[in-house]
Amino acid sequence: MLSIDNLHAGCEGKTILQGINLDVKPGEVHAIMGPNGSGKSTLSTVIAGHEEYEVSQGSILFNGEDIAELSADERAHKGIFLSFQYPVEIPGVTVTNFIKTAINQTRKAQGLEDMPANEMLKKIREKAAMLEIDSRFLSRSLNEGFSGGEKKRNEIFQMAMLEPKLAILDETDSGLDIDALRIVANGVNKLKGGENAIVVITHYQRLLDYIVPDFVHVLHEGRIVKSGTKDLALELEEKGYDWIKQGA
Amino acid sequence: MELKETLLSSYMAFDAQDGPQRKLQDQRADAIEVFEQQGFPTNKEEDWKYTSLRALTKGDYSVFPKEEVSLKLEDVKQYILQDVDTYKIVFVDGIYNAYLSETTHEGADICLLSAALTKRKYAPIIKKYFNQIAEKEASLTALNTAFTNEGAFIYVPEGKQVEKPVQIIHFATSKNPKLLLQPRNLIVLEKNAELQVVERHQSLSDNTTFTNVVTEIFTEQNAQLDYYKIQNDQSHASLIDSTYIAQQKHSHAKVHTFSLGGKLIRNNLNFYHKAPEIISTMKGITLIEGEQFVDHHTLVHHAHPNSESHQDYKGIYAEKATGVFNGKIVVEKEAQKTNAFQKNNNILMDDKASINTKPQLEIFADDVKCSHGCTIGQLDEDALFYLQTRGIPRKEARGLLTYAFANNVLQSVQIDSVKKRINKLIAEKLGVNIGFDV
Repeated sequence: MLSIDNLHAGCEGKTILQGINLDVKPGEVHAIMGPNGSGKSTLSTVIAGHEEYEVSQGSILFNGEDIAELSADERAHKGIFLSFQYPVEIPGVTVTNFIKTAINQTRKAQGLEDMPANEMLKKIREKAAMLEIDSRFLSRSLNEGFSGGEKKRNEIFQMAMLEPKLAILDETDSGLDIDALRIVANGVNKLKGGENAIVVITHYQRLLDYIVPDFVHVLHEGRIVKSGTKDLALELEEKGYDWIKQGA
Repeated sequence: MELKETLLSSYMAFDAQDGPQRKLQDQRADAIEVFEQQGFPTNKEEDWKYTSLRALTKGDYSVFPKEEVSLKLEDVKQYILQDVDTYKIVFVDGIYNAYLSETTHEGADICLLSAALTKRKYAPIIKKYFNQIAEKEASLTALNTAFTNEGAFIYVPEGKQVEKPVQIIHFATSKNPKLLLQPRNLIVLEKNAELQVVERHQSLSDNTTFTNVVTEIFTEQNAQLDYYKIQNDQSHASLIDSTYIAQQKHSHAKVHTFSLGGKLIRNNLNFYHKAPEIISTMKGITLIEGEQFVDHHTLVHHAHPNSESHQDYKGIYAEKATGVFNGKIVVEKEAQKTNAFQKNNNILMDDKASINTKPQLEIFADDVKCSHGCTIGQLDEDALFYLQTRGIPRKEARGLLTYAFANNVLQSVQIDSVKKRINKLIAEKLGVNIGFDV
């Protein structure tokens, strides 16, 4: 599904990713771990298509298509979703209006009619219930004054509504207490299976107890320096990142 | 001949004519003198520093329409709020159009200034209010006074709540090109009266039009005024709007100004407090492009204690559009416990767009709360990226963020029909078709 080959990328003339190779197949869950500043968030931002990041070498294929030249919204239309580490506050647009707009713009790009209002409402209710989101929350301005946990839950709500093929979750566990973590992980796990793939970017192993990865990769200085199974995450939890840094 | 000279000689002709203006001879004579002395304002005057009338006043305008034009409802329907029951005072090239209007004398007088000037029963009202709050020394206001003969006259007696909004609409047609329109409106709300007004000036052709409108409003004790100005004219139409509001105790006057199109728009919006415990609210959305120009000059004169004023103006300037915001707040020594708030936030969509924004606070009381803030920025790139990752294309994302930026001003609109109309106009201007809920 996602095939990254020798990816070099960065912004403002600085190359941050120094040759990433990553292959994600349908149905798989990959975890990308690594110390601060290793390039984890840059990787997710580059896959999602931020205009300020330049790919200088290598390629990103999504279902066989080179997406390096596509805008972020075009990538979203193809089924790529990024859950932000720091979701942006947008006063004046309610959560409901925002998600309606996102879904109908995506449908428009796919040549479909707007989703009928009753169907939309039903889906919103269903996904909100799954993530234990209060209906009052849906009429608030997007992310404005939300707690860290509310923001993350709202990201997963959007993911559940948009049903992407590939979901990249950037530090989704930060700011979540243990109950919220369980609810969010449950929402992510509902998406899992069959054709959908998930890339979890995290600093800590904690989230991986709930969203169990098939593969774990360690990122250091813009390269994947080690890959393994979920046991690698436990090893990192125990030993920290220093032995990886020294090895690399 | 320069426009000033043309106008001075037109005045002589106008003065010699028979008509309602006869009733105002002395006031008009004083006013033309002020205009003769001052002429049109120039950039040398502080209040006109960023707004040049040079190009506008170069033209050769006439103050007399050559012919009376009749309009079909079909042709102008789109400019009249239809989905709400309203009173309407409609003028075409400065002449009252009975066919398109719906006036009344039941419960309140919603009619014409020309009628009010000539009927004896209105004489005390005219005497008490006409030209009493308009700034006599302002040359454009004086020019309007000198040529006063028509406009809207609304008198709401004590305790009357006018249940339907009043639309005041001025159309300019191609039949009378280069017309200088100078409507004069007088609105009086007696004690405990309530009124909603929607005012619009609309050119129906791409001719040059120049409107110099003056509106005087009096809100007596506990009266409630809710006023909307819809300024979405053609790119050859210019408007100078001077509105003067005198407020008495416990009255609340609210004015929303939506400046969405026109060549040059200057709004002089002035609130004068004549007693304590008054609320004045002014809000606006300016959304312009091309080489359009919009200037908001507001004044709140706090002269008595325990009053409030709230200002919230949002500006969005695209391409080479230019904006001016000058918010003057005067708090006199007696006006203790005044709360005065002013916000002017602007977004420049393109490199060549510009805004000059200036708060002007003159505070002589020592126990007051005054705050002002102005910002000038661009759309947030991180927010655009965030929306794009959710499948919202960049153009729509810009539209959504711009809409969101202006939204809180829209939320305070009390007439649903106006809210929907402005919402639609904003979506059209932004070139997006996003189903916003209102």
